[in-house]
Amino acid sequence: MAQLGQFALALAFIITIYSIIASLVGIRFRNDKLIASGRNAAVGTFGAITVSIASLAYLFLHDDFSVAYVASHSNRDLLRYFKVSSIWGGMEGSLLLWGWLLTVYAALVVIQNRKKHTSMMPYVTAVLMCTSLFFTAMNLFVVNPFKLSAVAFPNGVVNLFTPRDGQGLNPLLQDYWMAIHPPNIYLGFVGFTVPFAFAMAALFTKQLGDTWIRTVRRWTMVAWGFLGIGIIMGGNWAYHELGWGGFWAWDPVENASLMPWLIGTAYLHSVMVQEKKGMLKVWNIVLVVGAFVMSVYGTFLTRSGIVNSVHAFAQSNIGGYFLAFITLVLSVAGYLLYDRWSYLKADNQMESFVSRESSFLFNNLILHVACFAVFSGTMFPVLSEWVTNEKITVGATFFNNVNVPIAIFLMFLTGVGPLLAWRKASTNSLKRNFLIPAGIALSCGVIMFFAGIRHFYAWMALVMSIFVAMTIVREFYKGARARATGTGENFAQAVVNLTLRNTRRYGGYIVHFAFVLLFVGWSGQAFTTDTQQEVGIGDTFNLRGYTMRVESLSSADTPNYSAQRATVSLYDKGVHVANMFPERRFYKNVEQPTTEVAIYSTLKEDLYLVFGGASTDGSKAVLQLFYNPLTMWVWIGAWVLGIGTLIALLPNKKSPPSRRATAKARVGESKDAGKEIEHASS
Amino acid sequence: MKSKQLKFVLGSALIVLALSYLGFSGFKESMSYYQTVPEMYASGDAAYGRHLRVQGDVLPGTIVREGKNVNFVIGHENQTLKVQYVGTEPIPDTFRDYAQAVVEGTYGRDGIFTASKMQAKCASKYEKETAAGVTTTKNEGQ
Repeated sequence: MAQLGQFALALAFIITIYSIIASLVGIRFRNDKLIASGRNAAVGTFGAITVSIASLAYLFLHDDFSVAYVASHSNRDLLRYFKVSSIWGGMEGSLLLWGWLLTVYAALVVIQNRKKHTSMMPYVTAVLMCTSLFFTAMNLFVVNPFKLSAVAFPNGVVNLFTPRDGQGLNPLLQDYWMAIHPPNIYLGFVGFTVPFAFAMAALFTKQLGDTWIRTVRRWTMVAWGFLGIGIIMGGNWAYHELGWGGFWAWDPVENASLMPWLIGTAYLHSVMVQEKKGMLKVWNIVLVVGAFVMSVYGTFLTRSGIVNSVHAFAQSNIGGYFLAFITLVLSVAGYLLYDRWSYLKADNQMESFVSRESSFLFNNLILHVACFAVFSGTMFPVLSEWVTNEKITVGATFFNNVNVPIAIFLMFLTGVGPLLAWRKASTNSLKRNFLIPAGIALSCGVIMFFAGIRHFYAWMALVMSIFVAMTIVREFYKGARARATGTGENFAQAVVNLTLRNTRRYGGYIVHFAFVLLFVGWSGQAFTTDTQQEVGIGDTFNLRGYTMRVESLSSADTPNYSAQRATVSLYDKGVHVANMFPERRFYKNVEQPTTEVAIYSTLKEDLYLVFGGASTDGSKAVLQLFYNPLTMWVWIGAWVLGIGTLIALLPNKKSPPSRRATAKARVGESKDAGKEIEHASS
Repeated sequence: MKSKQLKFVLGSALIVLALSYLGFSGFKESMSYYQTVPEMYASGDAAYGRHLRVQGDVLPGTIVREGKNVNFVIGHENQTLKVQYVGTEPIPDTFRDYAQAVVEGTYGRDGIFTASKMQAKCASKYEKETAAGVTTTKNEGQ
């Protein structure tokens, strides 16, 4: 099986090269047959890499420890489910997964567009395949997942050697969320290759109008959606698996996934300015290239160990190749942009601060400041070592100082941007649109202040959240009411149909609403408290109106791990609400302890209980209790984010045929309605 | 048209300046020097005043828990450093003998490093085995 995987990988390598050559030669000699052949080869690459990754899965499922990668990331007792997810438990398999997902995207793109954009598509194929070639080559020559297990003797002789059991998967990764979080992140990372390929094709062919922008809109949203959800899944994993009480630590690898997401977010907004006003054309290409480069760079950061991180355990030799690839991409894109500059002139100019395009401009500006801050903070140890020969690291305070105000400002723009008119909004429309939401938000702000919320940023975030939520609710209400009157539908039907007929706009609002929920969850972080206690059986301790009573301390022993555990009853104002079982395990196979956190979640707050350690005689235990308000809203926000993105991806529902005649008769009328929508739509 | 563009430039510059200021103050507050144990000793008196993150391997058998605090010794290239961990965060799962630890805090004149934060990485089983020549690949973690 290892040979089959290796063979498929080599085959993919050859087909990929063929696909690139066929596409390029086909373009040069205008040979449609060659171009079609290059396209088919791209689909063939997908087939070959699929066989390769399937063989790796087979090797894991059959405990074939003669393969080094399997031996070091799995063991016989591992659950079958985790044997599959072990594929991306280390670098070799992660890169294979990257490459495979890329060929999935590539196959879908070339099949979807096989009869469209005939002059652009061969370039798209070639760019996709060049990227694929890089990853396939890495897998084939540098980090090969099919390398056989071997022993090196001191005298230099190397013998093949099959261990009787594997070393097992890191227990921290034996987790449901950890099984699905990396593929999600990668679907996001890899997905940005598609808009990148189209942007490059547009530059090559000098077809820099709206075509490429319209084609990649959905693909960008797919990538952006997966990445966003993936990031939050990672946070969820950190929250319940790592046991330090939080879900985001500005760790280099978290930052690595955040940076392309920030740029992708900027692109999703600035692209609307190009569609509507013909501005920011250069900028949009820069963003698409930036999102792609940041994705590759993120993969590099995760896997190279260039900066210390909880994720990057080992230094590795892949850094140079990645930097070379990134340099190549930037040089080609930079040259093409320079050469095609005259094709990218803006059709319009900014006029007023109080306009839709200006809100997008500031949205982009601060998203980039955020990205730059995250980048420099992450890379500071490396940069300072180059310059001063001393490694200087920066802590969470730096990241929060910059990003919290940015996030609040972004929230403000989220509220006002969608309702501002293009070009220049009138004072009257401002009053009409914002008086009520702002009034409600400020009144709530006063109430919250007297209710004891004095943390400035948290207070701001909550006020902004209410403001944005009000503007969104108002938009749905206004649209649905108008529709209900016009069609005779009831209000709920009107809401649904309204959304389905303009999915991009209303899906966008739902995504915005998801960020309201995420903000509510994040602002809870300003009010966390914790306590650490050394307790014995029968002891109680309190935190914020909750009482914990230690019922028992015990230990357990299983073939996989040994464990110390406490049984703790939780009382909310004297009423028993839950039993919690915080645990500390020691995984024998990998000789690693892990914390099994006990979490009691409500919409209002989480109680998060960690078993810190037991005294030698087992009579006392150190328990740490975190009180985390509003955390649940982060996870709820993630679901809403996914739903909103899905809705925005749906094609707009058309009028049913029976009504088409009436619709036609009302063309004049709907043109005005269209203007209204244009005024407010995304 | 020119003046219209100018106000966007000024507005943007103002935002960037404000954020840079916030970033800079956050940087000053949270920056620390990242050194190994010998590097810290080599920096001489400078080591006492600075906020530091020091990296070293936990020497086996030196971990002693004293209530909420943990005392231990880290070492790197034959130089050792006594550490007292007084932080509020739970001790990481990966912290144990031979683990590669990064302690964050200040170095006192008494020769004890007071750490308020701690990170630990362990791939030690693999590293030990690799050292013994049993396997060829290292654990990559996630």
